[in-house]
Amino acid sequence: SSSCTFLNVTFLYCDENVCVCVQTTIMAVEFDGGVVMGADSRTTTGAYIANRVTDKLTPIHERIFCCRSGSAADTQAIADAVTYQLGFHSIELDEAPLVQTAASLFRDMCYRYREELMAGIIVAGWDRRRGGQVYTVPVGGMMTRQPVSVGGSGSSYIYGFVDSNYKPAMSKEECLKFTAEALTLAMERDGSSGGVVRLAVISEQGVERQVILGNQLPKFSTV
Amino acid sequence: MSSIGTGYDLSASTFSPDGRVFQVEYAMKAVENSSTAIGIRCKDGVVFGVEKLILSKLYEQGSNKRIFNIDRHVGMAVAGLLADARSLSEVSREEASNFRSNYGHDIPLKHLADRVGMYVHAYTLYSAVRPFGCSFILGSYDEDDGPQLYMVDPSGISYGYWGCAIGKAKQAAKTEIEKLQVDERKTCRELVKEVAKIIYIVHDEVKDKAFELELSWVGEVTKGRHELVPKDIKEEAEKYAKVRNRSSGDSHNKSSLQHGLLSYFCPDRNPWRRRMTLMRITCKQCCKPLFCHFTDCVPCFRHPGNSQLYCRQ
Repeated sequence: SSSCTFLNVTFLYCDENVCVCVQTTIMAVEFDGGVVMGADSRTTTGAYIANRVTDKLTPIHERIFCCRSGSAADTQAIADAVTYQLGFHSIELDEAPLVQTAASLFRDMCYRYREELMAGIIVAGWDRRRGGQVYTVPVGGMMTRQPVSVGGSGSSYIYGFVDSNYKPAMSKEECLKFTAEALTLAMERDGSSGGVVRLAVISEQGVERQVILGNQLPKFSTV
Repeated sequence: MSSIGTGYDLSASTFSPDGRVFQVEYAMKAVENSSTAIGIRCKDGVVFGVEKLILSKLYEQGSNKRIFNIDRHVGMAVAGLLADARSLSEVSREEASNFRSNYGHDIPLKHLADRVGMYVHAYTLYSAVRPFGCSFILGSYDEDDGPQLYMVDPSGISYGYWGCAIGKAKQAAKTEIEKLQVDERKTCRELVKEVAKIIYIVHDEVKDKAFELELSWVGEVTKGRHELVPKDIKEEAEKYAKVRNRSSGDSHNKSSLQHGLLSYFCPDRNPWRRRMTLMRITCKQCCKPLFCHFTDCVPCFRHPGNSQLYCRQ
């Protein structure tokens, strides 16, 4: 098998002109009292859309979720492993785990196996110590906390939009609108992103999930 | 105390007919032979005090410390076999360090106490090893969880406390701690002086001569790091302790008598004198010898300052 890199897309496995690679657009924003996470819903195998209604927002613990980008298999395996470790840790400590702990576990795995893995993950959630937090763990295995983070192949197209439209201390509704718009713009321009927009809001009260279908997406004049 | 475990006390893997593991109890006796260590929790931190007996003038001052740093935010004061305690402090350090390496933040104290307790307990299960002969007090301060204090004993159980004492004078120290009525209003700075005073009170000047006071604290005043109390604050606390020890009136009576004495030296002529081994009893507060009288074969002491009779217990 050979590996070739083209723009943001890295082919992990090539056999008889069929390449298994998954790219996406994912995003998470902190607000006072929680986080808003969003993702598109397209999984591709080359040019074929293998799943047009994927759920890329995976629960790791009651109030900690992760957005997965990169290889579907790799990110699912990592998320399963971290879910197990975090669950064990939480029972040992007899209290809800910290988002930072979950992000550290992701980082340890992504860094240790960086040669074998292709995974860009955004970990976001709420804990009682520091409230809503977003940690990004891109390919290579770095970990850093950011108030707003985007990832995946479609993220390149929306950095300008995010940088100019993000304001600190936004409310929950403003964050939802901001995330939906950013994802819509990315989905319009990136071939590997599309489908519906899946959103999740995590706060002390729990998790609320929503789906914005194709015809309900925000409309922009040029698209 | 009179039950001797003949035959059932040879290994930690044997129960006695009344359901006790004697080796673990003997390990606790080893702790009771060592000098006292106390830990008290207050509103904004934890203070440790250890009475470190100096067995020889040739020792370098400050050697053989009995307070250890386990992690930046955790301190440990020990009583019992110092070598066992050192080995356990290494184990605790590893646990704390592994936790931070795996999970990315400071270990919560309850979890550390549980883990080290599990380790200590493992040595009470097999006949090939002996239980650890030390108890220790762990303390930490965290912005979110506040001050925490846990004690682990040779059986492996950990208890959470707001004030605890281990070692030979632990009963007297516990009484003093309860008298303190540590409530939410005391701060670490005030508590340091009280801890020093308690150590000076429970120190037995007759049996053990010289001692060094080790004081350490962790709290808001140290920004969450466990440190030895700075020299000037320690000197101030020791001065306070010595003054209070000498002048406190209410402990002028029974608490000045030592427990467990078997022999007496009576300054006035006493027909029993020849049969007893010599040991002078002095009042801890004023250092005057007490007069000994025997009433129905029970020794009683009379303080020269007042005419009341005090019994041995």
